[in-house]
Amino acid sequence: MASNAASKLRPWSVAFWLLVWQGGSMILAAAYPHGGLLLASPVQAALRLLELLPSPAFWRAVGNSSLRIFGGFLLSCALGSLLAALAAGSRPLRDLLAPLAAVVKATPVASFIILALVWLDSRSLSLFISALMVFPPVYLNVLEGLRQTDPRLLELAQVYRIPLGRRVWGIYLPQALPYFRSAASLALGLCWKAGAAAEVIGLPADTIGERLYMAKVSFQTPDLFAWTAVILALAAAFEGLFLAAVDALAGKVGY
Amino acid sequence: MEIRVEELRKSYGGKPVLTDLSAVFREGVTCIAAPSGTGKTTLLRLLLGLEHPDGGTIAGADCRWAAVFQEDRLLEGLSAGANLRFALGAVPPEAGETLARLGLELSDPKPVRAWSGGMRRRLALARALLAPAEALALDEPFTGLDGENRARCLELIRRAGRDKPVLLATHDLTGLEDAPVVRLGNG
Repeated sequence: MASNAASKLRPWSVAFWLLVWQGGSMILAAAYPHGGLLLASPVQAALRLLELLPSPAFWRAVGNSSLRIFGGFLLSCALGSLLAALAAGSRPLRDLLAPLAAVVKATPVASFIILALVWLDSRSLSLFISALMVFPPVYLNVLEGLRQTDPRLLELAQVYRIPLGRRVWGIYLPQALPYFRSAASLALGLCWKAGAAAEVIGLPADTIGERLYMAKVSFQTPDLFAWTAVILALAAAFEGLFLAAVDALAGKVGY
Repeated sequence: MEIRVEELRKSYGGKPVLTDLSAVFREGVTCIAAPSGTGKTTLLRLLLGLEHPDGGTIAGADCRWAAVFQEDRLLEGLSAGANLRFALGAVPPEAGETLARLGLELSDPKPVRAWSGGMRRRLALARALLAPAEALALDEPFTGLDGENRARCLELIRRAGRDKPVLLATHDLTGLEDAPVVRLGNG
């Protein structure tokens, strides 16, 4: 289960776009009296990030946001996979959950954020929104994977009287894991985007979203880009770690 | 032990595959001989409980079976040992010797997808022979095997038949001339 080579980042292409960014920022700075405020340069953003790194407040925000957003992701992975496993064997449950998955998938995240603000306190917001974004892809993909299970292996299990636990480990898990992996990869990006957006609207204290909002109201574009870089780095790190764990499990079950 | 089928009938989409088949299977190897598509696999699937007959009765088949299917039905990403563990719960102490008799190595760590078709077929047979079964259903177990490997497999199948019914569906009765034969269709 190697990552798609077509979507890999090449150093030269990253360098190219950083140069475009730097050039754009310099042109704006030269063209307008406060042009530098409109678009901070990558150098400014990097310097600001270096300033933020030693601060305990920075790590508190990173910790709080990561815990809630990744927590929502894990929660939804567990719930989505469990419901997919149950729904794979139950047509009524599948039919019951189909509208729910379709509505959650299609509804704009902003609607859920506003609704969640009415229901929940702002600290739980990013966990809830992250979980909500992750549920449809995980549920639908795992369900699809399980429904593709090779019926010949299930017959083998029936004849050899293989108990459920071993069937799960030997047949269902290798079947569902590639589908789960692809859903998790998509969902990890989604949950960070949606989770950070929820924090910007709900403004829970000591979170990345709050810092993004503060950067906006104080016109601190270097802060905005620095915190955005932090979100990208966290999303990439969590995706790398999580998918490595999934790949290790896939290796164990012989996928 | 005795497995008895009487006036067994099965058809697919209106096309009869088994028509009023009656037979008794006792300890020892019984060959089920027929040309392709004339009900060998269907009979085994009915006995294994994987399908229901349209008519007739099956008695004595609600025992513990092991089978070699038309396909190998192995977990392709796992080694031979892991495949045995999956199907049997543990690798039986005699597994190493059985696999060696079939020209296979239990300690081979490679996933079976890296094995040849003949090796995978022999592993599927070993799995059935090692299972704690009261009856064996073997559907064309010699597919893809050369003469030497066929003889190795046949020796172990005969040995398994000493204390249990072994139903061997095949279109090639070479080396099985002494075994009782149930002929289906025009076979």
